[in-house]
Amino acid sequence: MRMLALALAITVAGCAKQAPATQAPVPARADTTTARTDTTPPATVGPGALSVPNADPYPSTYKPFPSKPTLIENVTIFTAVGPRIVNGALLMKDNKIAAVGKSADDPAIKQAEGGESPVVIDGTGKFITPGIVDVHSHLGVYPAPAVESNSDGNELVNPATPYVWAEHSIWPQDPQFPRNLAGGVTTLQVLPGSGNLFGGRSAILKVVPSRTVQGMKFPGAKYGLKMACGENPKRVYGNRGGPQTRMGNMAGYRAEWIKAEAYRRKWDAWLKNRKGEPPQRDLGLETLAEVLRGNILVQMHCYRADEMAQVIDMSHEFGYKVRAFHHGVEAYKIADLLAKEGIGAAVWADWGDFKMEALDAVRANMALLWKAGVKVMIHSDDPLGSQRLNQEVAKAMAAGRAIGLNITEEDAVKWMTINPAWALDLESKIGSLETGKDADVVLWSGDPFSVYTHTEKVWVDGALLYDRSDPQARWRSDFELGFVPVETTVGGPQR
Amino acid sequence: MTTWTRLLTAALCAAAAFVPNGAGAQTIAITGGKVYPVSGPPIENGTVLIKDGKIVAVGANVTVPSDAEKVDASGKWVTPGLVDAETQLGLVEVGFGAGANESRARSEQGITPDFTSWDGLNPRSALIPPAREDGITSVMSTPGGGLIAGQAAMIDLFGDTRAGMILRAPAAMIASIEDQGGDGAPAKGQQIARLREILQDTRYYQKHVAEFDRGQSRQMSVSPASLAALVPVLTGKVPLLINVDEASDIQSAIDLAKEFGIKLIIGGGAEAWEVADRLAAARIPVLAGAMSNDPISFSALGSRQDNVALLRKAGVQVALIGNGGGDEELFNVRNIRYEAGNAVGYGLTWNEALKAITQAPAEIFGVADRIGTLQAGREANVVVWDGDPFEFATRAVAVYVRGQKQNDVSRQDLLTKRYETQPPNYEKP
Repeated sequence: MRMLALALAITVAGCAKQAPATQAPVPARADTTTARTDTTPPATVGPGALSVPNADPYPSTYKPFPSKPTLIENVTIFTAVGPRIVNGALLMKDNKIAAVGKSADDPAIKQAEGGESPVVIDGTGKFITPGIVDVHSHLGVYPAPAVESNSDGNELVNPATPYVWAEHSIWPQDPQFPRNLAGGVTTLQVLPGSGNLFGGRSAILKVVPSRTVQGMKFPGAKYGLKMACGENPKRVYGNRGGPQTRMGNMAGYRAEWIKAEAYRRKWDAWLKNRKGEPPQRDLGLETLAEVLRGNILVQMHCYRADEMAQVIDMSHEFGYKVRAFHHGVEAYKIADLLAKEGIGAAVWADWGDFKMEALDAVRANMALLWKAGVKVMIHSDDPLGSQRLNQEVAKAMAAGRAIGLNITEEDAVKWMTINPAWALDLESKIGSLETGKDADVVLWSGDPFSVYTHTEKVWVDGALLYDRSDPQARWRSDFELGFVPVETTVGGPQR
Repeated sequence: MTTWTRLLTAALCAAAAFVPNGAGAQTIAITGGKVYPVSGPPIENGTVLIKDGKIVAVGANVTVPSDAEKVDASGKWVTPGLVDAETQLGLVEVGFGAGANESRARSEQGITPDFTSWDGLNPRSALIPPAREDGITSVMSTPGGGLIAGQAAMIDLFGDTRAGMILRAPAAMIASIEDQGGDGAPAKGQQIARLREILQDTRYYQKHVAEFDRGQSRQMSVSPASLAALVPVLTGKVPLLINVDEASDIQSAIDLAKEFGIKLIIGGGAEAWEVADRLAAARIPVLAGAMSNDPISFSALGSRQDNVALLRKAGVQVALIGNGGGDEELFNVRNIRYEAGNAVGYGLTWNEALKAITQAPAEIFGVADRIGTLQAGREANVVVWDGDPFEFATRAVAVYVRGQKQNDVSRQDLLTKRYETQPPNYEKP
């Protein structure tokens, strides 16, 4: 089976027949035909006419699923912040991690139980980790089945489409969502594709069943902006107006940032006293202005080291930060620069060679970045890879140890939990097993870095949403009903 | 000495010791390890004796000649070299946009049975060392694309000539019955009808070669070269490998094979588990992976990770191929051992999983007398592991192909070394 990256490349080519649009669509302007003398906006202007920082017009309606206080005891705990706790205990209560302790009798746990008896799970021989965070997913925008009608990830009509939002494409019935949950993934960043210089806004989701995208959206999460370097935009636009070259890519970004900076100044000035006619809202420039204000995080697809260095200079030129470079197969070549800039690296364990810009992939990439002090994290870009990110981390850890780096499992756990949580600016809510954090927890049948280990149970905000031992209770998407034989349901046989 | 210095020193020593032609002319005894011959039960504290590039003895009580080079494998695991039944190694250097792809023939109809893919095989491919470093010693080098893509070869990852690498060519004729998506390609019924028509033409051609040569034959649907290439498929000398996922299409392939008396192999076979009994009854082997449960197309709605385990349970012969995503036919051919590990996680026994990446593919492609097991007379393709080969933490500590120890330093090794300290020194390898 071909990897998704290649599939996307083909999809990109397939969509290239569409006529290019030159102008981003903008919402209808507020009525300004009537001359007004007062200084407040006309009463008929709805919130949609204004370009307001941190606006949330499609708000999350996510509510945690019903849960019972649950204690996992006699279990090895990887907290993602400290050394492992052997034969420890963890209590989930009221959607949060209520306490982590050395045993079920730990005073902290007893106190958090508050006299109530929790559901007790014996974790003998088993491990728990925080829920896995995948910062590079296309679930819902490139769902299964991967048919043309469902291909909603790349708005290939213009190299700059910061005006599209992934959440407006995501199909909550993508059968890949339950499969990701079964792999221990509890938070996803769903990104638009990489065919455009500016691909659009990402969506941060809790991996839960829902009728609507709003019902999956991570409450309070910042948006990301997908940007892309290198071959993909060149390939898509090379024979239809450009960019045709890497220098064309750079010119394309810079032209947009110049417009965005002017837009931000105009709106910030107006928003100061909200007097007079408001400037015209522009969805694309609004997203870019939010990046310049620090309210949206740049998540940039970039393979080659030299291109990342160009982008870093560009970020200085326009005064924004790249939160993380994604794919980054050459990130190890500039590990020192990334560390100095405080930019995260979201990478694969061992993908490479599938195109020229992926040629210099090495398996020690993550390990070398870790050694240099870079916030490094695993990512999938793939509906199958995301089901076993623990295995990907295991490979990356082994590659580092093979060149003599002393990477502990405690270090490696961070690569799939707290570090990607940081990339989403959610590290205060998820990514580690600490009191007060969201109770996103994975129970593993053994060491999560063994090839034979499976997830056994997965909790999202304290609610048990995946249980390997209970095939009847599994989340099946609408699509699967009557199409996908029930016996194939994620998980396979009990070992 | 750092790991790296050791590695490079070892490589240089190996280069200095390399004697062309005489390279295999030595006796090597790998002793003390737990030996997995695959053809028989594991042997604790076993010895694998290699002479002149072949295995000459395997067992617990093998007499080691005094002149043998002894390799201490105490505490290690010893297996046959791993075999990946579906790769593009040697044919493709860069996946996309680099013009370095020799895996696809061009034709209007996508029917090129006369394409002998190994004529474009590159023994010096930079993708071979990373695979070999991880214990892969033989692979199917397979063309792709179209209804009949062409002919595939089974090769050893050995030496620098095509002829020297090839174990069997052709080892299979490659065809596909596929979901065509939105690109206007024909219905599957038409694909099957076309295969039938071509096979009928081949049968006619086979019986009337003389008339054909005199120009007295009836009109044929494909070229004479294509028909000639398909004759060995009809005679059963070369198996027909059909890549097909949907259960009903697999049934059509079984019927087609029966109709023409050809040896069929199912490739991919996402829904093969649904027709496992029929595949077993017809003794048709399947190449499948253990890492996809994705209903990625309407032909693969029944994808499941325990497909392989279910097929084995029904008695179907199975070779594992990568299907977990991630370039597993090229850069990550090396990951076939993790496919095996995952297969164990989804119900295959450990011994069966090892067999599915050693003996089974060797049998399926007719090279079991050369590779796939540790038995006297086989090519000395042997790997010494520092642990369970299916585990991520395990490394291949010694890899022998045809009795020669391989000391690969891959492009990736050199890049890693170069950038271990920053800024890099561009004057060093």
